[in-house]
Amino acid sequence: MAPLLEVKDLYTEFRTGVGVVRAVDGISYTVEPGETVAIVGESGSGKSVSALSLLRLIPDPPGQISGGEIWFAGRDLMTLSEEEMRQIRGGDIGMVFQEPMTSLNPVLTIGRQITETIEQHRGGDVAAAQRRAIELLGLVGIADAERRLRQYPHQLSGGMRQRVMIAIALACDPKLIIADEPTTALDVTIQAQILELMQELTRRLGVALIVITHNLGVVARYAQRVNVMYAGRIVESGSAAALYHNPRHPYTIALLRSVPRLDRPRQSRLDPIDGAPPDLTRLDLGCSFRARCRFAIEKCAAAKPPLLPAGAPGQLSACFRSHDLALAGQAA
Amino acid sequence: MTLADNAPPLLELRGLRMHFPVTEGMIARRHIGDVKAVDGVDLTIRRGETLGLVGESGCGKTTMGRCILRLEKPTAGEIRYDGVDIARLGRKELVALRRRIQVIFQDPYSSLNPRQKVGSIIAEPMKVHGVEPDPARRTARVHELLSLCGLNPNFADRYPHEMSGGQRQRVGIARALALEPEFIVCDEAVSALDVSIQAQIINLLEDLRDKFNLTYLFIAHDLSVVRHLCQRVAVMYLGRVVELADCDELFDNPLHPYTQALLAAVPVPDPTVEAGRAFRPVAGEVPSPINPPSGCVFHPRCPIAVTACKEVRPDLREIRPSHWVACSQAN
Repeated sequence: MAPLLEVKDLYTEFRTGVGVVRAVDGISYTVEPGETVAIVGESGSGKSVSALSLLRLIPDPPGQISGGEIWFAGRDLMTLSEEEMRQIRGGDIGMVFQEPMTSLNPVLTIGRQITETIEQHRGGDVAAAQRRAIELLGLVGIADAERRLRQYPHQLSGGMRQRVMIAIALACDPKLIIADEPTTALDVTIQAQILELMQELTRRLGVALIVITHNLGVVARYAQRVNVMYAGRIVESGSAAALYHNPRHPYTIALLRSVPRLDRPRQSRLDPIDGAPPDLTRLDLGCSFRARCRFAIEKCAAAKPPLLPAGAPGQLSACFRSHDLALAGQAA
Repeated sequence: MTLADNAPPLLELRGLRMHFPVTEGMIARRHIGDVKAVDGVDLTIRRGETLGLVGESGCGKTTMGRCILRLEKPTAGEIRYDGVDIARLGRKELVALRRRIQVIFQDPYSSLNPRQKVGSIIAEPMKVHGVEPDPARRTARVHELLSLCGLNPNFADRYPHEMSGGQRQRVGIARALALEPEFIVCDEAVSALDVSIQAQIINLLEDLRDKFNLTYLFIAHDLSVVRHLCQRVAVMYLGRVVELADCDELFDNPLHPYTQALLAAVPVPDPTVEAGRAFRPVAGEVPSPINPPSGCVFHPRCPIAVTACKEVRPDLREIRPSHWVACSQAN
């Protein structure tokens, strides 16, 4: 079966006063129908820009998708007109962003924002859209739907607003939902409610999910496959189990070692990654992680390592030494 | 790691209350209620210990920290610091107190003055308190503090915007240390940082604690960091402490249903562990602190609540040695 989404060699850059920022530097990955894929990375790794690029939501200028193909359900999104893209966004691909307060319109009622999406994509009469909106609020666990539809975003709690975002994302029976840090702004008990809801609904409705997060715990609980991003590139990808138990990229190893664990007593001092991520305007020919890497060798300065099979079947690592890292990774 | 129970208390809170009035009307402001941000907290922090204070937004943990720093004047209760009640101190007496109690804030972007150079930010508390009046010695002290916090002394001539988030947080820590305090309130001190940088700052806080025998009140919502760094942990919900225990005891054997819900909600970075966990998120949201539920404030969301929970507010009880729980059903 063909993948639902296939991203091929995608590049996105921003022209700024201090030079060109290569935010997404040639990434390729696939998402199968109904699958949950995580994109994990720290601030500035390009994970959010890569998601916005899929929907061609990069403001131009200063940004530009400068290369690549985005195959979604048999069509290359890069070749579509703006009007066709508008039908995709909120139609076949739903979106859930981090901050529901800024992604919902503060002067429109909840009901209007849901029905607007339905009317835009499905047409049909107002009454049918209204019925669908009530049904959607029920689906995302909002009681008393008819009253809620008349309310404005500020009258809802953060968790409720995120439920509304999910309802809008689901409004037109999408095949894929892209969720960019969907629970980062929420408290842990509410975060758990929202993630459980998303998992339950995407499974039940057979919707694929790309979840973008910096939280390694969220990835472990909800994702089947993971792409780890660093400085605009995917440095490792594979099944969640393979990546957590047998990571083959020094950055993944270091990331897993630097987080304290809730489920174990304190073992020792944390093992942080020295230094800071590189300046994306001054990337050179070599591996961008080598300055912080304990395994770096001379070769790492000469070329960027390609993403190649390493470790478990389906696992890929962009490291010249991925085969030497088996033992180091297991110790993490 | 665990301190002896008889280590002398440095800070004792007794019946601490901080209520903020809610008013209505533009001209004749009518008092229509109170936000009970902190509503009767008893807590002891021992000298040299790191006490974690956890809970969700709006539970009162930051307000409690601000009361201890006396950035707020509490509505009621005592804050005994080294034997003296500081809850009612006047301005002049507070100045002396602030040399002993310092704070590290969450956001290193908004807590540093963007127009001041780093050197002058760190020197500011020394100037205010008349410590190191000699400029040359003050500069030397600034350089010393920078190196102590892992920064090159030449950072003194930079502005905050020229630094990364992690470097800025180091500046915030250097400023907190400038007056050689004994007690530091860390309010979400590592929450805004990426994980690789967060680990560097956590290690720095630990090194400084050991080196200067500091006492920390570590306010955080990230429970994994608290487990790593703290010796005892207090869990707050809606202005009250609902559970208090030694760190490993609390995480391995939580007794309050809210603590249990909180711990279950945090996903662990291990797919195998996660696959084996049976998990149902606790329903509902935190109620308004203006009109909190009667009896036990957690009863509307509690899976084990009985009728009595709606009427009687449970006090903290010592169910096991040093393990205190405010729940009538816990045992």
